[in-house]
Parts: sequence; structure tokens; C-alpha cells
Amino acid sequence: MKKILIVDDEPNIVMSLEYSFKKKNFEVYIARDGSEALQIAEEKVPDIVLLDIMMPNVDGYETLKHIKNNDKFKNTKVVFLSAKNKAADIEKGLQLGADKYLTKPFSVKKLVSEINELLN
Amino acid sequence: MNNYLLISIIIGYLACLFFIAFWAEKNAKSKWVNNPYIYVLSLAVYCSAWTYYGSVGIASQSGISFLTIYLGPVISLPLWILVMRKIIRISKQHKISSIADFISLRYGNNRFLGALVTIICVFAIVPYISLQLKAISETFEIITDETSYVSTSVLDDSTFYIAVLLAIFVAFFGTQATDASQRRKGIMTTVAVESILKLVFFLIAGIYVTFFLFDGTGDIYQQASQLENFKTITSFNGLDSGFNWMFTIMLSFFAIFLLPRQFHVAVVENDREKYLKKAIWLFPLYLLLFNIFVIFIAWGGNLSITGDVNQDYYTLLLPLQNNNIALAVLVFFGGFSAVISMVVISTLALSTMVSNNLVIPYGFLDKFIKGNPEKNASYIKSIRRISIFFLIIIAYFFYINFSYELSLFSIGLISFVVIAQLAPSFFIGLFWNRGSARAAKTGMIIGVLIVTYTLILPLILNVLTGNNTFVEEGLFGIALLKPYQLLGIDFLSPETHSFFWSIFFNTFSFLIFSLLARGNYRERNYAEMFVNSSNYANLQDGAYIWKGEAYVSDIRDVLNRFLGEKRTERALTIFNVKYSVPKDEEMADARLINFSEKLLTGSIGSASARILISSVAKEQPVSLLEVLKILEESKETIAVNKALKEKSNELTKLTEQLKTANNELLEQDRFKDDFLDTVAHELKTPITSIKAASEVLTDGEEMPDELKSKFLDNIVADADRLVSLIDDILDFEKLSGGREQLEIQPNPMDSTIKKAILGVHQIAQRKGVKVEFLNNSKLSASYDEDRILQVLTNLLSNALKYTDSDTGIITVAAQDKKDQVEVVVTDNGKGIPKEDIKYIFDKFYQSRHQNIKKPVGSGLGLAISKKIIESHHGKIWIDKTYKTGARVVFAIPK
Repeated sequence: MKKILIVDDEPNIVMSLEYSFKKKNFEVYIARDGSEALQIAEEKVPDIVLLDIMMPNVDGYETLKHIKNNDKFKNTKVVFLSAKNKAADIEKGLQLGADKYLTKPFSVKKLVSEINELLN
Repeated sequence: MNNYLLISIIIGYLACLFFIAFWAEKNAKSKWVNNPYIYVLSLAVYCSAWTYYGSVGIASQSGISFLTIYLGPVISLPLWILVMRKIIRISKQHKISSIADFISLRYGNNRFLGALVTIICVFAIVPYISLQLKAISETFEIITDETSYVSTSVLDDSTFYIAVLLAIFVAFFGTQATDASQRRKGIMTTVAVESILKLVFFLIAGIYVTFFLFDGTGDIYQQASQLENFKTITSFNGLDSGFNWMFTIMLSFFAIFLLPRQFHVAVVENDREKYLKKAIWLFPLYLLLFNIFVIFIAWGGNLSITGDVNQDYYTLLLPLQNNNIALAVLVFFGGFSAVISMVVISTLALSTMVSNNLVIPYGFLDKFIKGNPEKNASYIKSIRRISIFFLIIIAYFFYINFSYELSLFSIGLISFVVIAQLAPSFFIGLFWNRGSARAAKTGMIIGVLIVTYTLILPLILNVLTGNNTFVEEGLFGIALLKPYQLLGIDFLSPETHSFFWSIFFNTFSFLIFSLLARGNYRERNYAEMFVNSSNYANLQDGAYIWKGEAYVSDIRDVLNRFLGEKRTERALTIFNVKYSVPKDEEMADARLINFSEKLLTGSIGSASARILISSVAKEQPVSLLEVLKILEESKETIAVNKALKEKSNELTKLTEQLKTANNELLEQDRFKDDFLDTVAHELKTPITSIKAASEVLTDGEEMPDELKSKFLDNIVADADRLVSLIDDILDFEKLSGGREQLEIQPNPMDSTIKKAILGVHQIAQRKGVKVEFLNNSKLSASYDEDRILQVLTNLLSNALKYTDSDTGIITVAAQDKKDQVEVVVTDNGKGIPKEDIKYIFDKFYQSRHQNIKKPVGSGLGLAISKKIIESHHGKIWIDKTYKTGARVVFAIPK
């Protein structure tokens, strides 16, 4: 079973994502900000992290850096999921080492299949 | 003391001076020779034998009036920064080498005026030099104890030989360069050394008398106060002596500028303007030191020396009387130094004037035009050297024949009074451009005639006839014409009386003649250049006006004769480069004429330079109107330049302002972008949520009903959130754009607050938070109730958001603050982090420290509240002093 960590401070969005990934047999973990995400990741070592950018405390960029700097997570993929959809934002995200950059609002179906694709 | 021993010491001393001068000339670049102290010490050439011996004489007879001679210079020194700097600048620009040059140039390079000033100076200074020689001779006699011995012939008199040695010294070191405006480092260094010597020796004598012969200053005072004439010599005798004081101070004030030797050391020998700054405090200090012991030596002399002696020489007699020969010799050499420096500088200055302003312009020009450069240079030097010997010898004969009768003080003062006749044309001419040459000549001649009548004639008649009828009865027995009491003024001493009348008529005629007739164009030209010297500093050559025809080759010929081919070539190259004039230019322009005149001025004086140049140039008279026009143009150029500079400054400032404005606009643009970004982000969040939930529901056939309704609830909540967000954004934009019309009218604040509390009552109750209105007093203010209600609701919901369930307490209070009503909303929540306070009223700023999982609200609440309060002309702020929670305060006018 693949482990996914969803990091977002919007509970309603998280709820839809959680439901959809569970349906696809993912082991789902949830964090509402960066620091919580890092804690959970440390413990569970997810296969993939779905990361919002604008969050309280530790934002998405910081979180990504921490994950990328830790050898423990060398097999962990990180996907940004953000409402920031300007070319510059996307470029920045990918440059920092994100494996994919997806924008909000998104299609749940498409999102799930893209994540699956990335993991295989 | 043995006559020959003293003579050999004197010769040794003079040899030292020769050596110092020689060394300084060789090391003219050394910092020992080039420093402000040499300059300041050379100014002390002012302290001649008159200071060294004469002050004591005066102090012993008439008390502290000797001080007036030093008060004038001390008073004048602060002015030096203004006046002396201007004089120095003008002099450097025009290569002026003497005061005669200065005055004649100011009045249109007037040959006669230069000669007149020279004659007046010779007239004033030669007796003064003779007085110095007299001091040497008398002190020599005292120290060798030959008072009974009267020299029978010139060749028998040691003073004569000393005078000749001095003449050789001046002739040798004073005429090294043909250009008289060049510095003479050798002479100046010896003068500085002598200034130190005379001061130190005099102080030693003073200390000796005060502390060794007597028991300190108190003792001398004590004993002197027993003398019968003590009161008269120590007190200030009413208005009469007040006038005498005032005029003598004025006299010495003028002298420090006008004495040829002072002009020479202060102006011609000035290397750097900044030396003046040192001079204005150091020179007064020097004078002060010199005068400290005068009164004590005088009293000491009065007390211990009896019999018929010249009180001038107390300084020397006191150590002699106590058999302290060594000290007496020191004193003698101090006085000797004072004499030498005075005689050397005076003859140097006078000889330059005599040669450049009298002899050359009135007799030798034709010869120069024909001569070759080496010959001309040696002619010029010869003329100066002959002048030097001539001046010293005249002074010597004056001393032999006249000055037996006169005290150091009186001849010094006469000399000052004569020199003061230059004051009106010198000082007024420096600041008033109307002063004309004719007025200057008239004023000076009248002044000198009055001095002659009121001061010199009585002395001469007295010496010649041996009686005093002229003084006692006046000319032809007319009382109003008594020379010492002209027109019945009988309370002044002869010198101040003479000064008063001469300077009065001199100034008066100078002013009247200047106003009656304007000078010719050249005078006006130079007047402008002098008076507005700072204006023309940058375009001196442009300010010089000359019209006519002259060939460069002719001018080159003239220059060749004086400067030699090499220097001429160099000077002309500099000229061509400086003014970008082509080398093969045939016709000379005003700038070349001016340039050449300046080149020659140092060597032969300004008047001669002018005459020489005009001998090869066909000058056309320029009308006064033209002069004024050209001068106006120069001024305009300056004005235009100034205006341009101002304009440029303005432009720079404007550019700066534009830059700032642009930056502000960019900033605002960025804010706008940020705002839109944030709005988009905020809008996208509920939309994303709605979209995702809907999609999940569409595919969720097997979803439990409970979860289904949860998703549906979420969709509804997010839709609500979307609506309120849109409302807030529109509201905020409306308030920001000022398009909102407020319905401001008197309202009871307490009831508005109660309404607001009622509005949040339910949520508060659900969360278990207490909301209290603290005071119930009736407070009325003018506001739009809906809007203030909005603010209050917002503040209360924020407080609710950030307080803990069940323990939370929120209070609202309204206070009367003079013309305002203040509303305070306080909670006991976590408070606002320090770093957030600054931004909390910014749009979309949400604290990162909120204690609930997801902030409810648009992030515009406080920004909108601020806009509302501001449109009520009120203020809203966070009370930073409140630490146990958050406290927001707003105030609106009643």
C-alpha cells in the first residue's frame, strides 16, 4: 500500500482528497501545516507528499527543502498543489525539486491518476 | 662694556642673520620655511623699537595709553578673514607688490596716484626708520657707557655702519628676483626668528625686573602707588582722554593694514589664505605677551632710577644699574632685532614702491623699451638697490639732524598719522565702486597738508627757531588756526588732534569728489574688479576691458625685454592653452593685454606695465557705457551660470522626486498585483473545495449517507464563504475608492455597542465566551450606525476567534475623551504577537498564530474596519501596553 501525506490547511479540500485516495487504496496521512507534515513524514516516510504552498507556520517551500535535504526521503516524491498558478511560481516550485506542480482548483479524478502515474 | 666687544657681537649676530636668510632661500620648500607660524611671526614686525623701548617710556610718564597702539590691531584681526583675505586675493590676482601698487591699480592703474602713495609712505616711514636707528645708537651708547661721547663725524659713528650693513642685507636678499611680487623666504625667516628673540628677551627682562629686582607684581604696585604721580598715570582721565584713546586705537587699526611693512608681510608675503586663520588668534596673543611686563618695567624704573634719563630705556638701564651686564646685552639684542626687522622690511617695501611707482614709470621706461632682458633685469635690481641705500641713508641723516629732540613714541605716532591718510581711498575704495582717482588724490593731498600744518610744521619750526610762538598763537596770530587746537578743539593731544582733522577732511573730500564726478572707464573697470573681486575671481581676464589694436609680436617683444625669451615663450604658451587661442594669432585681445600687464607688474609695477604695453598697442578709448555694459555682461554670465546651476539642481531634485514617485507607483502596482493575487487565491480556495466535493459526490454511489451530507454541508459552507468574501472585497474596494456615502448623524454609542454584542451573542454562547459591556453611560457621537456596527461586529468576532472556549471574556467599554468617543474592545485571549501589530490592519493579513485550525473570514475585516474609522475621521489602533490579551481601540469625533 502506497503511503500519501496530504498537507493543506483547508479541511474541506483535505476531506475530498482523503476520501478519493483512500478509495484507491492509499494509506492517507494528513497534516495542516509544514511542521506537522515534517513530523508525520519523519515517522511514516510516505511515498508521496501532496503539498500546499500557502500555509501557516512552515510554508510549502520550506517543507520541500527539508524533505529534499533528508536522505531518508530520497524515494519520496513531492507534488505541489497550489492556487498559485503563475509561470514564475511553478518554475520556482520545480526548481526547488518538486516532482510535479499541480494547480487549484483541480479535478480529483485527474489528480489521483496523475499521482498514480508518478508512483509507477 | 667694551665698545669693540659689542661691535664684534653685533657683527656675529648679523652674520647669523645672513646665514639664516641664506639657508632659508636655499631651502625655500622646507616646512621650516613654509608654515603659518613664520607668517604670523613676520606680522610681529609691527613691534619695532617703539614697542620694545617706547612703550615703557610712555607707561612711565602717562600710564597705560601705550596699549592703544596694540588695541587697534587686536580689534582689526577678526576682520582680517573678511578684509585681509579680499586684499590678498586681489593682490595675488594682479601680482601686486606694494600698497602703492594696490591703491594705484584700484583707481584705474593711475601712475600719479602710485607715485603719490609712494611719496606719502616715504615721508611717513623715513623718520620712523631714523627713529629705529636712533634707538640702536642710544642703546649702544648706554651699554658701552659712552654717554658723554658725541660722535664728531659720520665715519666715527657706529650707527652709520650698522645702517650700511642693514642696507646690504636688504639689497642682497630683497632683490633676488626681479618680480617684486615673489616671496622672499630668506628675509621672512629672519624676521620670524627676530620676532621670537625680541619677545623672549623682553619677557626675560620683564621677569627679571618684576621678580628679581622686586618681589613680584604686587610689590611693584605697592611701592609705585606711593609715588606722587601714580594716580595720573594709572587712571583714565574723563572724556578727553577717552577721545584720545579712541583716535589712537583708530590710528593703529589703520596702521596694521597700511604701513608698507605690514602690507608687505601680511599681503605680499602671504603664501596661503588659510594662514590668516592662525594669525587672527596667534598675533593678538603675541601682542599681549609683549605688553604684559611693560607697566611693571615702567614702574620699576620710576622707583629705582633717578636722575635725568630717557625713560624709554628703563629696560636696559635696570639690569645695568644692577650690574647684570649679560642681561643688558640680551635686552640690547632684543631691541636690535626689533630694529633690524622693522628697518629691513620697511626699506624693502619702500624701495619696491620707489622703484616701481616712482622711478621706473617716471623716467626709465624709454630705456627699458630699448634694452635687452638681462640688462633690464639688472637695471631694475639696481634701481631697487640704490633706493634701499638711498632710503637708509636719508633716514640716517634725518636721525643725525632731527631726531635728537623726539621720543620714540611721538615719531611713531606722527608716522602713523601720515600713513593713515591712505585709509579713505584704501578702505572705502575696497568696498565702494564709486570712489575715483581724482577723489583719492585730492583726499590724500588735503590730508597730508593738514598733518603737515598741525603736526610737522610746529615741530620743524620749534627745532629751527627754538620758540613756540606758532603753536601758542597760531598762524598770523589767529587763535582758530593754532596748529594744536584747530577751530578751537583743545582737548586732544597733538597727534590725535592732527589725525582727527586730517582724516575728517580727507574722507570728506574723497566722498564729495567721488560723488561729484565719475572716473574714466579704466577706473570704473578696476573699481568693479576690486569691489566685486569675488564675482570676478573666475573671470578676471574677462572682466578686464580693452579695445584697440595690438600685435602679438610687439607684445612679445616687450615681454622679452623683461622676462627673457624663455619665460616669455612659456608664459605665452600657458596663455594660448588656457584661453584656447591659436599660436599663430596675430592680433592681441583684451585678455592678452591684461595677461601681459600682470606679467610685467611684478617687475616694474602696475603703472609702468600699463604704460609699456600701451606703448606698443593702439588703444581706443572705451566709453563708460561700454564698460558698464561689458561688466554687466560678465555679471550676467555669472548670473546665468548661477541660474543654470540652480536650474540643474532643481532638475536633479525633480528627477529625484520623479524617481520616488515612480517607485511609489511601482510599489502600488505591486500592491495591486499582490492584492489581486491574494484575492484570486482566497477565491480559489472555496471554489477548489466545492469543485472537489462535487466531484467526489458525483462518483460516490457507494458513499454512506452520513458522509454524503457532510460533503454537501461543506459545499454550502464554502459557497457562503465565497459570497461573504466577494462582499468584503467589494466593500473594501468601495471604501478605498471613497465612493461610499456615509450617513453620518448623532447616534447613542451605548445602544450601537449593545446591538453589536447581541449580534455575536449566539456564537459566543456556543463557544462559552462571555461578552460584557462595561459602562452603561450615555455617550452620543456622529456616525453611520451600520458601518460602526460592522466595525464592532468585526472586532468582536476577531476577539471570539482568538479566545479560548469557556474561559474567554470579552469586554467592551466606551469612554468620553473631550471631543471624541473612544471604544475599547478587550479580550483575554492569546494577544497579538508583536511582529503582527504593524501589519494587522493590512488587507488579507491573517495572523499565523491563530489557535483554531482554519481562520474563518476573508482577511479583510480589520482592513475594512480601518477604512470605516478613517472615513469617520477617526483612528483605530492596537493598545500595545495591554499584555494579557488583545485590546483594540477606536476613536471617532463626537
